[in-house]
Amino acid sequence: MTSEVLYSIRNLDVEYDTRHGGVRAVDDLSLDIRKGEILGLVGESGCGKSTLGKAMMRTITTPGHILGGELWLEDVDLMTLSEKQMSGIRGNEIGMVFQDPMTSLNPLMKIVDHLVEAIRAHNKNVSEQAARARAMEMVKDLGIRSERIDDYPHQFSGGMRQRIMIALVLALNAKLVIADEPTTALDVIVEAQFLDLLRGLRQEFELTILLITHNIGVVAEVADRVAVMYAGRLAETAPVEALFLDTKHPYSRGLLKSVPNIDVDHQELYKMEGAPPNLIAPPSGCRFHPRCPYAVDLCSAEQPKLLAVTGDDHHAACWIYSDRESRPVESLA
Amino acid sequence: MTDQEPLVKLEHVEKFFPVPTGFVANLRAGSEKPAVRAVDDVSFEIKRGEVLGLAGESGSGKSTVGRLVLRLLDPTAGKVFFDGVDLGTLKAEQMRQMRSRMQVVFQDPMASLNPRMSIGKAVEHPAQIHMPDLTRQQRRDEVYEIFSAVGLDPPKFFYDKFPHQISGGQRQRVVIARGLITRPDLIVADEPIAMADVSVQALLLDLMLRLKDEFDLTYLFITHDLATTKYICDRLAIMYLGRIVEIGSLQEVFTNPQHPYTRALLSAVPVPDPRHRRTAPLPRGEIPSPINPPAGCHFHPRCPIAQEGICDVEVPEFLAYKDETSHLISCHLRTGAYQNLDPDRQLA
Repeated sequence: MTSEVLYSIRNLDVEYDTRHGGVRAVDDLSLDIRKGEILGLVGESGCGKSTLGKAMMRTITTPGHILGGELWLEDVDLMTLSEKQMSGIRGNEIGMVFQDPMTSLNPLMKIVDHLVEAIRAHNKNVSEQAARARAMEMVKDLGIRSERIDDYPHQFSGGMRQRIMIALVLALNAKLVIADEPTTALDVIVEAQFLDLLRGLRQEFELTILLITHNIGVVAEVADRVAVMYAGRLAETAPVEALFLDTKHPYSRGLLKSVPNIDVDHQELYKMEGAPPNLIAPPSGCRFHPRCPYAVDLCSAEQPKLLAVTGDDHHAACWIYSDRESRPVESLA
Repeated sequence: MTDQEPLVKLEHVEKFFPVPTGFVANLRAGSEKPAVRAVDDVSFEIKRGEVLGLAGESGSGKSTVGRLVLRLLDPTAGKVFFDGVDLGTLKAEQMRQMRSRMQVVFQDPMASLNPRMSIGKAVEHPAQIHMPDLTRQQRRDEVYEIFSAVGLDPPKFFYDKFPHQISGGQRQRVVIARGLITRPDLIVADEPIAMADVSVQALLLDLMLRLKDEFDLTYLFITHDLATTKYICDRLAIMYLGRIVEIGSLQEVFTNPQHPYTRALLSAVPVPDPRHRRTAPLPRGEIPSPINPPAGCHFHPRCPIAQEGICDVEVPEFLAYKDETSHLISCHLRTGAYQNLDPDRQLA
């Protein structure tokens, strides 16, 4: 895997206007997505992970808007593009897979027509006949009998619909796939099948995938790298092994310890105090400090930056790992 | 736990829902109308003070079983006993009184609460119906007590709050509180923590366990998430297409799963450890339609060990695995006459 950056988010701010004032759903967030990787973006509901995914496509709609920051797809600054240019990027360069595929598929269109449209959108020289043949081949590769492409979306099961969403993204030859909770509506066996498929396709098509999910187990299964988000900011980014086996940020630690693990006997679930903050009036300094068992005075006074903790690739936004408030990490048992 | 009568007992319960068809199709079909076989010959018991987990994929019929236990639905066939009483024989008024002893917690607390009713009033409401002898003040005190028990502290602060003013986790606590106010014996919890965030799920599970001891409760815990059953259940039943395929103590089902479907299901659960690798192959395809379920064992078209001529023909009996009398499986190759065909046995 190369470490070439495909998509770069720099100092992104996204705000939603509400009656009670602006809610900063994404706050000064910077993140790189590297070519060929599956980056898992995890966090609890309301942490801004879906907003981030939408902002990356510039599909935030009022009352939300991007306040500032840069979005780079390779060497294109997406923030400078016109709406028309941007809609060319969507679908062609960046594909999206959502939680509920039924909302993304046209119920009046046959599956094959969705695929033919996508294939021909990318390459107008392909005849309808050739596109159809290609579509049949694609669904077969995804484990769906090719004669079923003449069915309508409602005749497909949830897992099959989600495969069609992937097929559409593949048909468009997108560089980046943003998958927002793609397996949340699926049952465990179908979810596992879908994750296997995703892994296989990544190999075959060199896909880059941003996998947005609340499911820590899913991230552990497929991600190469993980970004943990809390209250609009990144708490920690690390390669998947390091994140799970050498967790740094107190929030990530708490989160991972509160996930039931079917493989571990007599696991004591960690019970995190409090609830994620209200983003209309977020806590000062580090937004996690009111719930953090290791918080010191500095944590409520000043916001910690996302800095390298061990090695180059493991970053955490926590004062504990800075020079100013250095404490032995072992104390975070 | 004493060796008394089980609190809940289901005997060969079936629930079929008719499939709406056109007028002409109705005439043609005669008496053979298509039906969704949501629950198909299900029998089990829940002892007092026990937590029985009921797990399965969507469409397996687990929620329908919950509704049958509460008699929110009448079974097509079979009997449901609550504390020794056949619920099917009760008249409406008797059933209404019985209901105060069984309560339900659903997945979505926002859908279970009236947005225009304060949460204090919402919890007080069942007390008004089922405990008419209490004075207003006594009822209010009951609510305060239950609020404290479920962690809505200070209770007076929460009494006048409306559902939208509190967090999702707190809302689910309100729903649990409302279930507890009539001091029921049984709580049917249908995906009670599925909507909550991970960090909140742990708190709710912990609360449910604590309340079970404090209020001498028995739970039917319905879930699609097998990992959470480990923290709360004493016994576990696995459902597939309307039938229970395996039931046993948590230990038996988790460490020694016998039904191929149970094994597949357990293996498919995502594990929060990047070093983990799956232990069993995934079954092919997806759960078929319950309108025309496969003949014989419902799982046979997806089963890695299915034997032609047996599994696709006969419905397997529900039998004890080896000498573990509490561990029952419905699989031709694991118990009963055909067990010598079991590939596991041949390997051994």
